[in-house]
Amino acid sequence: MDIRPPSVAVAMSGGLDSSMAAALLVERGHACIGLMMRLWSERRPGESTRNKCCSAASVDVARAVADALDMPFYLINAERPFKQAVVDPFIADYMEGRTPNPCLNCNRRIRFTYLLEYAARLGVPYLATGHHARTERAETGQVRLRRAADRRKDQSYVLSVLDQARLRKALFPVGDYQKAELREMARQRALPAAEKPESMDLCFVADDDYRRFLDDWAPAAPRDGPVLTTAGEELGRHAGLYRFTIGQRRGLNLPNVAGQPMYVVAKEPARNALVVGTKDELVARGQRFALANANWNQGRPPLEREDLACQIRYNGTAHPCRVEAEAAAAVTVTLAEPQAGVAPGQAAVVYAGDYCLGGGTIVL
Amino acid sequence: MKPSPSSVYLDHSATTPVWPEVMAAMQPYFGEMYGNPSSLHAAGRKAYAGLQDARRRIARGLGASASEIIFTSGGTESDNAALRGIAWARRRVAGARRIVSSPVEHHAVLHTLEDMAENQGFAIDLLPVDAAGRVQPPDLASALDEDVALVSVMSANNEIGTVQPVAELGALCQARGIPFHTDAVQALCKMPMRVDELGVDALSASAHKFHGPKGVGFLYLRSGTPFRPLQIGGGHEGRRRAGTENVPLICGMAAAMDRNLTEAAVEWPRQRALRDRLIAGVLAGVEGAYLTGDPRYRLPHHASFILPGLEAEAFLIALDMAGVLASSGSACTSGAQQPSHVLSAVGIAPPDSYGALRFSLGRGTGAADIEYALAQLQRIAAQLRAAGAARAA
Repeated sequence: MDIRPPSVAVAMSGGLDSSMAAALLVERGHACIGLMMRLWSERRPGESTRNKCCSAASVDVARAVADALDMPFYLINAERPFKQAVVDPFIADYMEGRTPNPCLNCNRRIRFTYLLEYAARLGVPYLATGHHARTERAETGQVRLRRAADRRKDQSYVLSVLDQARLRKALFPVGDYQKAELREMARQRALPAAEKPESMDLCFVADDDYRRFLDDWAPAAPRDGPVLTTAGEELGRHAGLYRFTIGQRRGLNLPNVAGQPMYVVAKEPARNALVVGTKDELVARGQRFALANANWNQGRPPLEREDLACQIRYNGTAHPCRVEAEAAAAVTVTLAEPQAGVAPGQAAVVYAGDYCLGGGTIVL
Repeated sequence: MKPSPSSVYLDHSATTPVWPEVMAAMQPYFGEMYGNPSSLHAAGRKAYAGLQDARRRIARGLGASASEIIFTSGGTESDNAALRGIAWARRRVAGARRIVSSPVEHHAVLHTLEDMAENQGFAIDLLPVDAAGRVQPPDLASALDEDVALVSVMSANNEIGTVQPVAELGALCQARGIPFHTDAVQALCKMPMRVDELGVDALSASAHKFHGPKGVGFLYLRSGTPFRPLQIGGGHEGRRRAGTENVPLICGMAAAMDRNLTEAAVEWPRQRALRDRLIAGVLAGVEGAYLTGDPRYRLPHHASFILPGLEAEAFLIALDMAGVLASSGSACTSGAQQPSHVLSAVGIAPPDSYGALRFSLGRGTGAADIEYALAQLQRIAAQLRAAGAARAA
């Protein structure tokens, strides 16, 4: 038995990336423990059936990886904090007309709060995850967050919620590698996770069907409501605002108006109205927005810089932008060119070149 | 530093290491004595001789007859066989359809009873228990009538160590002619278990709880008790449990039981004294800690606590990292965060029930192990409390 006190807790999922994160750390000589969180086990309210995000099969793979690396593995139950910190706000956001990204909330409040504190209570100071991102430590100790070496797999967007204190405790060992390299490395090591397919779904939503999830979990949400043009003319009815997101065209079942297809341009929960408009009307709304719950990992917003770009969704490009603040709490982002599909509730994340500076939740 | 090279194992209620002489007793039956005990030839006769010798020795340990021992795959199978087998037969011969049990039984009993209620038309009565988890004999007396097919109350509880008044309950059942089963998985080899003194008609046991191998156990079934077999096939085990007997494991179980009973007079008081030292140390050294179960009617190797304000999950991980191997009460429910049904039954609710820890000593536990565990317990309680206070601030 290893009697060195472990210094790194690895958040394990049974997937390729977190498994390789553990392998790399162990090979570098760190004493590690593996922690896997059981986050969710209900399919429908009150129904305790097989869970998706931490299925028995995933737990088995994670355990087998930890065993192969000779590190202790613990499955911990985080269902209560996860529901409170991630699932409840996810439902509330949809009910209030926003389009949330629960992964950011999970990173901020579960992985890098609940789990980080859990590890700290066990006397383990650092937390490693399988995220594709890099950190760089300056001589001052200040840590900067950088996009992953594999730009297509970069996950700095969902880590934009981490502040300096959390970044100092965070390790992202796979961020220096290409995904294909990692798979090859896992094969060479015969890690049980080497052939695991990538999972991109929301972990707690069965079959990746968030609409059905909300049907089940928000039964009191208003359903039938008007579909209006920006001028207020009713074009039809919708079956629940949460079933639509900004920029959506499919599923509206609307004829073209004046020869132009209609897009969702706004959701108005106060009167349960879905507002649709032309592509031009959609884009016109996507240039300037405020940020709520902003986090800047170097301590303050990057005001008046000319080298910034803003990413408005997880798998998106970064658009040139400016960041302004009238008061410390009221930060706004202005994109150089307006964009389609700027959705309240999504995160706007600001980069300077490769470096992620932070961001916040889009408020229109 | 840790007193032993590996770790301090205080989870003997979950399972125990197989003793070397138990392994030695099993070894020949994997090799040269490979025969099927049902075969008529020489190889079969050798296996049969070993099987019957084991049966006699186990029966002797209980004060029973060899023919009253049915070998099974373990405690869960024994419980299922007793509950279903006796209740089915009693319903057929006497029309009785109620089963009386307790709310602190192991899931092997409770979930079987739930299934019998849902799918087989039995009615289940769970007797009340006191704050220590004990059934009161007068409560059983008033629950008994001609519609009761079977009474099943465990000998001792796995989570909180409470020993039930089995002999008193057994006497009440005997007086009414109602079969009485006891799940003795935790109790056997920890306290005297003579079936006539206890007045039991059926008793379930599992070898791996007393330094035998996993995957083998037995059901004691008093001669004449109505019984319909669960597992049907060949005529093994007196037509009460079909399937070729697992001769090596059964011989290991008999060897383990023999040694336990031989050492009992020395070993039970020795473990009890160490256990009492552990209880005193925890109650004095961890603020707010209290004992669950009964201080007196308690398994001699068993200590269980609530540490209020502390979460057992993190506590057990920290203990494991320090080389102290313990449990929150039942290895069968690890990974789940359901409040324990046993703690609920004795009136301990969340958040207190989240802080439940169980330590169970064994033959290999020494005084240095207890002192090391106590030191780690105090250190971890302080560490977790400091972290909790820092978070709250």
